Amino acid sequence: MNLHEYQAKRLFADYGVPVPDGRVAANESEAVAAAGELAGPVWVVKAQVHAGGRGKAGGVKLCRSSAEVGRAAAAMLGERLVTKQTGAAGLPIGQVYVESGSAIARELYLSLLLNRETGRIAFVASAAGGMDIEEVAAREPHRILRADVDPAAGLMGYQCRRLAFGLGLADAQVAEFERIARALYRLYLERDLSLVEVNPLIVTQDGALVALDAKINVEANALFRQPALVALRDPSQEDAMEREASAHELNYVSLDGNIACMVNGAGLAMATMDLIQLHGGQPANFLDVGGTATAERVTAAFRLILSNERVRAVLVNIFGGIVRCDVIAEGIVQAVQTVGVNVPVIVRLEGTNADRARRILAASRLAITSAKDLTDAATKAVKLAGGRARR
Amino acid sequence: MSILVSRASRVICQGFTGKQGTFHSEQAIAYGTNLVGGVTPGRGGSRHLDRPVFDTVHDAVAQAKADVSMIYVPAPFAADAILEAADAGIRLIVCITEGIPVNDMVRVRAALAGGRSRLVGPNCPGVITPGECKVGIMPGFIHQPGRVGIVSRSGTLTYEAVFQTTRLGLGQSSCVGIGGDPVRGMNFIDVIALFERDPGTAGIVMVGEIGGSDEEAAADYIRRHVKKPVVAYIAGVTAPAGKRMGHAGAVIAGGKGTAADKYAALEDAGVRTVRSPAELGSAMKKALAAKRRPQSKGR
Repeated sequence: MNLHEYQAKRLFADYGVPVPDGRVAANESEAVAAAGELAGPVWVVKAQVHAGGRGKAGGVKLCRSSAEVGRAAAAMLGERLVTKQTGAAGLPIGQVYVESGSAIARELYLSLLLNRETGRIAFVASAAGGMDIEEVAAREPHRILRADVDPAAGLMGYQCRRLAFGLGLADAQVAEFERIARALYRLYLERDLSLVEVNPLIVTQDGALVALDAKINVEANALFRQPALVALRDPSQEDAMEREASAHELNYVSLDGNIACMVNGAGLAMATMDLIQLHGGQPANFLDVGGTATAERVTAAFRLILSNERVRAVLVNIFGGIVRCDVIAEGIVQAVQTVGVNVPVIVRLEGTNADRARRILAASRLAITSAKDLTDAATKAVKLAGGRARR
Repeated sequence: MSILVSRASRVICQGFTGKQGTFHSEQAIAYGTNLVGGVTPGRGGSRHLDRPVFDTVHDAVAQAKADVSMIYVPAPFAADAILEAADAGIRLIVCITEGIPVNDMVRVRAALAGGRSRLVGPNCPGVITPGECKVGIMPGFIHQPGRVGIVSRSGTLTYEAVFQTTRLGLGQSSCVGIGGDPVRGMNFIDVIALFERDPGTAGIVMVGEIGGSDEEAAADYIRRHVKKPVVAYIAGVTAPAGKRMGHAGAVIAGGKGTAADKYAALEDAGVRTVRSPAELGSAMKKALAAKRRPQSKGR
């Protein structure tokens, strides 16, 4: 789960990480009032959306008067911001964040995330702040500094000092950097985060360190013990279909093709997408109905994938283990009858009670195409969706 | 022969009397697994499924000589259950539980390092040695005793590989689902090393996924240490970058961990790769007929 910048900065402030003074505003007059309360002479108005790349997309405006702040806020609010991370539709701007401007001497990069190779939480830092860190890592890997934290020992002073000196900090800044790093590590652990990113962490012209931007992802598996963070959720920033899916405990991701898939298990769901492409088609979605699919969930899944107007065929691929195929087959029949499916449905069921399931589908007299195996299912789906199947 | 579990394994279930624990313990017993009891704190001294219930894993080890544990404890308590099993001296801990907070697993992995317990999972289908011992949620009937070792990050894709090798008459020596979570116990390399040493395993099927670099690490290991034929499939060629596909593991960040990278590393190590998961079984059959693994390119 993502947080907005203003929410992340409140958490930073709670943990003692320096951030610029700022106010959130949902309309023009609130923005003007915010500027009145914040020190000038320069203010920054920032669109609050769950995506990076806001600056280049026009979502960050430097203003020199409170009237200008009001105009910038009015221009953003209610619009959709399209950045390179949002896709063409962009994300709605419901709030802006108004901040006092900072006098920037240097821009650094600092983040905390899981290092999957070591299974430890790691700091990543770079003196090349304010830039796309993945590009820096690809082009100038020597400018990326890392420190893995031993969970038993915790973050050690030497690790902070190495990062600080590596970033070119000196004197009192080194101790200040250590204080900030420790605060962020504590925040990461106590709030069960999966990402904290400060890009840029600036050195001001007075030599102070300030988090000019803040990005926080909360780890999905830990939401049950972070109710205060769950309350910060902003559904307007989420894909409507993906939100609908999660309400039914379905795991759904929209894609650009025209063959909808319904599969049990994430790995098999990805493999089904791969098979469709391998045989000349394009998947319309990733959909994992989970290990305990019921007739109700199958119906909800059909509704969901058919609400995508591009869909020209539906491919159901179930390997029944604990889930019995006959139960799934009954779910499919029920779904096709109640939802009213007007595109071809191709079904491949294997595993527990597969024979009984095939008989149920055949007896239903519905326009359901049975497939005998994975390859047969994919080629039939591609053909029925109007493509030319490759075998 | 087999790896990790056999007829001799003395298995307990943590979360024994819960819904999941009860259902899968029943299935395990029906399969012939030597399930010697289970653990549910506060229910010690009672019986469940005609087996003793213990308050602690330590009691189960002391009184029932348990050496393998399967964990169905809910996610908020699973990290505790894993470390309890390790502290009690359980040799193999199989954690089926899905949705354990990653930060919990960071601590668990560090605490297990250097110890004698092996962890499989979490968020995995478990381990099975066909005809002998089933520790997990996989459907037993699709398996057949045989000579292919299967290791996979994905549950239902493991079943595909099992189903195909059974249908082709190859059967399986053991199957290990290592799970899709980013921080886990045994990895591809650990399992492949065991299969390489197991005289009952003639060939290895490996099913990977996009995300992380474990498949690349496994490729490097195979090049240097594995003589048996290996067949691999990587799921997620079509998955868009930055999108999370169900498993926490299946996400590509910044062009790293793509299917193309993984296929290239595996092929470079002499692994026979298939682009369709439907060809895992037939490719293994061909590889076994050809006996030797093709020489790896370079190095």
